[in-house]
Amino acid sequence: MLSKRIIPCLDVRDGKTTKGIRFRENVDIGDPVEMARYYYEQGADEIVFYDITASSDRRDIMIDVVDRVAREIFIPFSVGGGIRTLDDMRRVLLAGAEKVSVNSSAVQDPTLISQGARAFGSQCIVLGMDVKRVAPSAGIPSGYEMVINGGRTSTGRDGLAWALEAERLGAGEICLNSIDADGTQEGYELTLTSLISSRVGIPVIASGGAGRIDHMVDVLTEGKADAALVASILHYGTTTIREIKDRLDRSGVKVRKTWD
Amino acid sequence: MIAIVDYRAGNLRSVERALERLGFSAGITSHPDEIQSAERVIFPGVGAAGQAMDDLRGGGLDRVLHKALQSGKPFLGICLGAQIILERSEENDATCLGLLPGTVRRFPPEIASGAGERLKIPHMGWNGVRMRRSHPVLDAVRETDEFYFVHGYYPAPESERHVIGTTEHGLAFPSVIGSGNLLAMQFHPEKSGIPGLRILKNFCRWDGRYAE
Repeated sequence: MLSKRIIPCLDVRDGKTTKGIRFRENVDIGDPVEMARYYYEQGADEIVFYDITASSDRRDIMIDVVDRVAREIFIPFSVGGGIRTLDDMRRVLLAGAEKVSVNSSAVQDPTLISQGARAFGSQCIVLGMDVKRVAPSAGIPSGYEMVINGGRTSTGRDGLAWALEAERLGAGEICLNSIDADGTQEGYELTLTSLISSRVGIPVIASGGAGRIDHMVDVLTEGKADAALVASILHYGTTTIREIKDRLDRSGVKVRKTWD
Repeated sequence: MIAIVDYRAGNLRSVERALERLGFSAGITSHPDEIQSAERVIFPGVGAAGQAMDDLRGGGLDRVLHKALQSGKPFLGICLGAQIILERSEENDATCLGLLPGTVRRFPPEIASGAGERLKIPHMGWNGVRMRRSHPVLDAVRETDEFYFVHGYYPAPESERHVIGTTEHGLAFPSVIGSGNLLAMQFHPEKSGIPGLRILKNFCRWDGRYAE
């Protein structure tokens, strides 16, 4: 039986992580390669990188990061942020990432998903979705609207409809972020996660809102997610992957328990 | 040298990097002579069976792989490379290499776990392997170890003797298969952390002998 995956998420700007790991001894590591290796050794099942570098002429820095990460860790990792063309995908995959994720660029041009899936296989293409709760309407019957550009721009598109379309176009996985829950540390958006995960046939990674281990138990059971993305509570040392997995295990959620 | 067979099927560098980390020298090659003279052969691959077989035949690599296996050198199939060593695939109804008798089957469309939960296809993520018989390359696999899978089809050897390990995803499918110097695994050992690297290391030291 498949294990539910715990996936640390690292935001990278100009080759440096924006939130380093803050250890209790006050030692910081802010290098994405070192952080990836640390989480790999701590039992992460996969790692997600978001490149939030603002200027496109500094994107090569990320390719170098990907290349170095691929030499250090031997679990899958994905890279998102700034992937706008087939060539962007190719460079990241060739540098050693297992998957690429597309978000706003796929909303603007859905063929990016189908082209990517045809060129590299569906297993490489992750659809990142930022979703916001709205009043259900004729255009947005699920009551969840797609937003882009980090949540700043509404699209008028229904989140569930977009998830189903992306699956049809060849996305291999969905990373589902709730804009309402993101940053609150009050728990994942369970209704949204369960709605999308039970309707699509591809795995769903829940994102946004993790503040306690309980939240991960909730989203992987009630929320029906296949994986949970975690950032702050790991980076700030609130908990560890081992603690998360022990707790999930005791709650009857199947997780990968040996990695040494 | 260890030859990693290149037929444009997926990211072969991850296998190369894993071997590099383990201190073994490997080369990605599609050159018949290099595969022929290699001390051992790794046959990876992601993608679809039909396209992969077309590419292999186009480069004459199908015959080269037959010869490599006959020569007795250790031969490791990974993922798609664990499928198209069989005779036929339900994917694209492709005729495959026939290095081992059997068929590549598609997971049934509606499958559920023992607890009745709907299971997703492709089978993507970490899962365990239950050993059906012991094998020198897999002797360090512990019951709790898990490996990274991503696939919608699985290898089904004709003979139960060739099933070395199985994995549960709605059904217990063969995830490690082999015969003699041929060994193949549906999961990606190069992406399965330290337990996966351990398998690769064992393969790199294996003499190709296996008492069935």
